[in-house]
Amino acid sequence: MSDLRNAGTGWQERLVSAYKSFGLPRMIIAGMLVVLLIAAPLVGANFWMQITNVINRFSWNSVLVLAMVPMVHSGCGLNFGLPLGIISGLLGATISLEMGFTGPMSFVMAILIATPFAILFGIGYGWLLNKIKGGEMMIATYVGFSSVSFMCMMWLLLPYRKPDMVWGYAGTGLRTTISLEGYYDQILAKFLQIRIGSLVIPTGSLLFFAFLAFLMWAFLHTKTGTAMTAVGSNPVFAKAAGINVDKMRMLSVVLSTWLAAIGILVYQQGFGFIQLYMAPFNMALPAVSAILIGGASVNKASIANVIIGTILFQGIVTMTPTVMNNAIHMDISEVLRMVVSNGMILYALTRKTEAKS
Amino acid sequence: MSDHVPLLEMKKVAKDFFGNQVLKDINLKLEAGEVLGLVGENGAGKSTLMKILFGMTEINETGGYDGEVLFNGKVLHFTSPFDALAEGIGMVHQEFSLIPGFTATENILLNREPQKKSVVSEVFGERLNTLDRKSMKQKADGAIDKMGMHIDGNMVIADMPVGHKQFTEIARELSKEQLKLLILDEPTAVLTEQEAEVLLQSIRGMASRGIAVIFITHRLHEIMSVCDKVVVMRDGVLVHDVAAKDTSIPEVTRWMVGRSVNIDAQTHRKPPETPTIMSIRKLWVDMPGETVRNVSLDIREGEILGIGGLAGQGKLGIPNGIMGLYNAGGQVTFDGKEIPLNAPRRCLDSQLAFVSEDRRGVGLLLDESLEWNIAFPAMQIHNKFLKNYLGGLIKWRDEKAIGEVTRKYIEELQIKCTSSKQKAKQLSGGNQQKVCLAKAFALNPKFLFVSEPTRGIDVGAKALVLEALKKFNRENGVTVVMISSELEELRQICDRIAIVSGGRIAGILPATSSSEDFGTLMVSKVV
Repeated sequence: MSDLRNAGTGWQERLVSAYKSFGLPRMIIAGMLVVLLIAAPLVGANFWMQITNVINRFSWNSVLVLAMVPMVHSGCGLNFGLPLGIISGLLGATISLEMGFTGPMSFVMAILIATPFAILFGIGYGWLLNKIKGGEMMIATYVGFSSVSFMCMMWLLLPYRKPDMVWGYAGTGLRTTISLEGYYDQILAKFLQIRIGSLVIPTGSLLFFAFLAFLMWAFLHTKTGTAMTAVGSNPVFAKAAGINVDKMRMLSVVLSTWLAAIGILVYQQGFGFIQLYMAPFNMALPAVSAILIGGASVNKASIANVIIGTILFQGIVTMTPTVMNNAIHMDISEVLRMVVSNGMILYALTRKTEAKS
Repeated sequence: MSDHVPLLEMKKVAKDFFGNQVLKDINLKLEAGEVLGLVGENGAGKSTLMKILFGMTEINETGGYDGEVLFNGKVLHFTSPFDALAEGIGMVHQEFSLIPGFTATENILLNREPQKKSVVSEVFGERLNTLDRKSMKQKADGAIDKMGMHIDGNMVIADMPVGHKQFTEIARELSKEQLKLLILDEPTAVLTEQEAEVLLQSIRGMASRGIAVIFITHRLHEIMSVCDKVVVMRDGVLVHDVAAKDTSIPEVTRWMVGRSVNIDAQTHRKPPETPTIMSIRKLWVDMPGETVRNVSLDIREGEILGIGGLAGQGKLGIPNGIMGLYNAGGQVTFDGKEIPLNAPRRCLDSQLAFVSEDRRGVGLLLDESLEWNIAFPAMQIHNKFLKNYLGGLIKWRDEKAIGEVTRKYIEELQIKCTSSKQKAKQLSGGNQQKVCLAKAFALNPKFLFVSEPTRGIDVGAKALVLEALKKFNRENGVTVVMISSELEELRQICDRIAIVSGGRIAGILPATSSSEDFGTLMVSKVV
């Protein structure tokens, strides 16, 4: 009898400590997600389809969220300048297509071509952020915005010629959306794909994310990764230990920009389209919210934060409109998506200060 | 005379910050029109005492104080400086609290401006009154005249030389009609000699008008020339309260620095007559508040050299400048090679190490584990605690080795913590200091700078820290330079002590010299 009671208290203690390490806000959101999952079949939505949707969304977005990690570690804050990296990815994608690559090769080439752009842009962006220490996140936001606007012009002016990419009537200037059919549509998702009834798991995309996440984890365990974390934790301490603080920050920005470039390519292969012009504009905020909801603070973030945050954020954003639409039989999905996702961002940003204090 | 009530009376005032006793049993009386000079080394408790008197909120926030403060025979219960101002106590702080874009007149009368009613304010209330510029000018000029130093009331603060800013602050206090007691916290520190003389004149003027003044300064001759009585504080205790005419500068210095303990000759070895390991020539360091002007110093191999002096005289600038944390110039030779300044990495590569006085700001990664704190510099500089893969291409953190070395130092230095994974911010000040030492020891340096190693830590931890330093010096033959404002602790473990005054070395004495000699050096070149 006493054994049983002891087991009981041990179990309770474990629950309490799990609760404490998981944090109340994430408990609430996870709870909401569970409620939505239960409600889905009740209002007539296909449960497994919902699960598939959430996993799909996770596989599209997780790399973009992972791109937040290096800059958070080096103390540059959340990378609101994510669009800059996304633009490198878009350049890689469009140039790869323009050069005539198809199939899996077009994906590989897109990554290879995006890389030098990401490094170059990352260096410039890092240089700028080193000039304005303390105001990184504000400046990053504007770097993102202005690079998007600049590229809006460039997409029209750059000499792209490929017929299925440019505007049909003018013969120049890229379209707002470019279909990836025949190129790298679902190229990762179809790899080792698992289908059980209406449940579809894009194994390849998940593995690709897992691979990048592992690299990030490993990097943070190396000498350089340790130095990067120390720079973020206390730059003066790092300087006193002989670390070149600016160089570390620069490296983190380049890493983050490159991951954003890869991230958008992964997103595209899942989504099936390249979205140009104003599309990168709104990519930063969901990624920022996801990592914050995952439990990261402005200067601490782990791979677990990335995974948990992406599942929770994408889960809520995907499920809420479907469930609501089915419940009230009216198509307000887009409005609802906006309300939910912006609400999440607002909530996530209030959590930011909480984590800071 | 039996019913005579002094203007200010303190009875058994005591104060501790979280168990750290900073003031004990302070009894003090001050009459109207009297000038009291308050002197003492840094950390003696002068500022805390004044904060209590002025009702600064941090006193209340840290649990108030014991004892009683009577003003005009009434017990004071200040909860904020506003209460103190209402009672007629004014204070001029070391840091200016002026609005740079406003004129002197506007600053002097800020929030107490004479006002004019207008139609608008009759309707909407007195917040819309207009300022009566004419009577403002009159009042401000009156206050400036009272002070005896002429400053231009129309001049914008930002354009003023630093001395005039100080006078504006004083004029502001004088413009308050109810002012009965004025506290001046090191007002002459930023003044030229001439300006200081004018200030002293105006202090005499105030006193003759019946205003009591508490005057805090490190310049003892000012105290002697203007004060009626001198109060000396040391280690939170009021050690002497005498009339200024009955004492002398050397006597006051001795009271300030010296404990009446005799240094036991046995604990001191003969200073080693070894060759010079580091020679510093014409060093200047631009460290705010601790400017080093021109320091030349030779440090012998294997000795413990103390650097002492009053705060703000530049002793802290010396290690910070050499280690590249602040902009510096001059020539530093270590072990026969010249060390480039402004390059922290080069110093560390030459096996120099530095324990900063700014524990929380520079010394620690507060949000990381003790393991990280202790192992980090050694890992980054000497590639210790790393596992190499792929022929050194990948340098992987060796958590096991890091844990081992951390536990070794935890044991050696008796760091009180729950585990080597505990976060540095959760430790007490003394234990944090030990972590900082462990961090430096883990570097296996040949030469160690330790800056204010005992600041803000309790007596027990203090002894341990000093003992650890001594042991490190004796057993590993490491040259140690220890910078401290506490002369006594320097005398405990150092072989020689250099005193810095006015950004220069005022002199180097063996640790066994008398307190008086050290005290004379400390104030010799004060600027």
